[in-house]
Amino acid sequence: MYAQMVKSEGSKSREEMTPEELAFQDRIDRGEKIEPKEWMPEGYRKTLIRQIGQHAHSEIVGQLPEGNWITRAPTLERKAILLAKVQDEAGHGLYLYCAAETLGVSRDELLEKLHSGNMKYSSIFNYPTLTWADMGAVGWLVDGAAIMNQVPLQRTSYGPYSRAMIRICKEESFHQRQGYDIMMKMCAGTPEQKAMAQDALNRFWYPSLMMFGPSDKDSVHSAQSMAWKIKMNTNDELRQKFVDQTVPQAEYLGLTIPDPDLKWNEEKGGYDFSEPDWSEFFAVIAGNGPCNAERLGARVKAWEDGAWFRDGLMAHAAKAEDRARAARLAAE
Amino acid sequence: MSSEWPLWEIFIRGQHGLNHRHVGSLHAPDAEMAIRNARDVYTRRNEGVSIWVVKANDITASSPSEKGPLFDPSNSKVYRHPTFFDIPDEVGHM
Repeated sequence: MYAQMVKSEGSKSREEMTPEELAFQDRIDRGEKIEPKEWMPEGYRKTLIRQIGQHAHSEIVGQLPEGNWITRAPTLERKAILLAKVQDEAGHGLYLYCAAETLGVSRDELLEKLHSGNMKYSSIFNYPTLTWADMGAVGWLVDGAAIMNQVPLQRTSYGPYSRAMIRICKEESFHQRQGYDIMMKMCAGTPEQKAMAQDALNRFWYPSLMMFGPSDKDSVHSAQSMAWKIKMNTNDELRQKFVDQTVPQAEYLGLTIPDPDLKWNEEKGGYDFSEPDWSEFFAVIAGNGPCNAERLGARVKAWEDGAWFRDGLMAHAAKAEDRARAARLAAE
Repeated sequence: MSSEWPLWEIFIRGQHGLNHRHVGSLHAPDAEMAIRNARDVYTRRNEGVSIWVVKANDITASSPSEKGPLFDPSNSKVYRHPTFFDIPDEVGHM
């Protein structure tokens, strides 16, 4: 759910489908993978470009809140670990951009849409990372929530997306563990350090719950995406799973989830919990979160400042190729 | 100018002497940079001992619509599999 509220096309009944669409749906129902260049409904292609693109943008923008702490990590070891983690996020973004490109969209188009605000990235990255404990909370909660969504997506119907997810999942659990490790250290530290950990949890709890997207009753795009197996679980299912997994982990740390109504529900075998403030979520998605302008500004600046370098390398490559060709001709 | 860097397909040979295997793709201005980038993108955890990079444009792929004509003929040739032949137990391992 680095992809939230991905717009999908309307769901069709079997009677409304063309023979091609029927055959396509049957392949998906049989668990076959759809590969690039094979026939696919235009809506499937478009929805996937939006979803994979949004997912890729989230990985790339997601480097910024953590990059903020690389130069200020408390030890050299923590700095090296954080650097490796942020480098992984860049790699994950690249795997996903490549998967999106197999659907006929170019890298530059995707980036242009991010920079112009026409494509989104996850709402979570529009919150600031104020203390070192936030690095712990981000790894533990944000990567934890991401894993919850990404593990089932390994079985998604689109081959290149599925393969990207398999690679990502292999690497992602390091991210969550390093976050939890930071939290354990903070919680075993001075009372001030433990208070920092609690403060980080307080600020990241509800934004993490928002990562799964709006409640199922307000989620208008789910049905078709689930039929196409590009969404494997509903938002509420994943959110519930995340809460059930995270509460005992918070207890182990001796931290309190900032929700007075959080309570074990024996009957459903899960926790009852408070919904996040959805008006805040929609405001952040619409561009009015605490860091939207800063995040997008940093991305646009990096892209524009790097233009001369990208062009320079292309010019060098073209000249080197010309020289090689001339040398070959001279030798003949 | 601003033209997009070309796309390269990346193949990596793992530790255990198997064939190079396609792992994904990336953009790079030339082959040398493609190898350097592939090192960072695809072998951060010791995944490989050798990298091949090939310009995506230079790859010719079979078309999905040819799948039937290309691959169906092998369906009827089950005798190509050793399990097609019954060898009596007395003969021993073969």
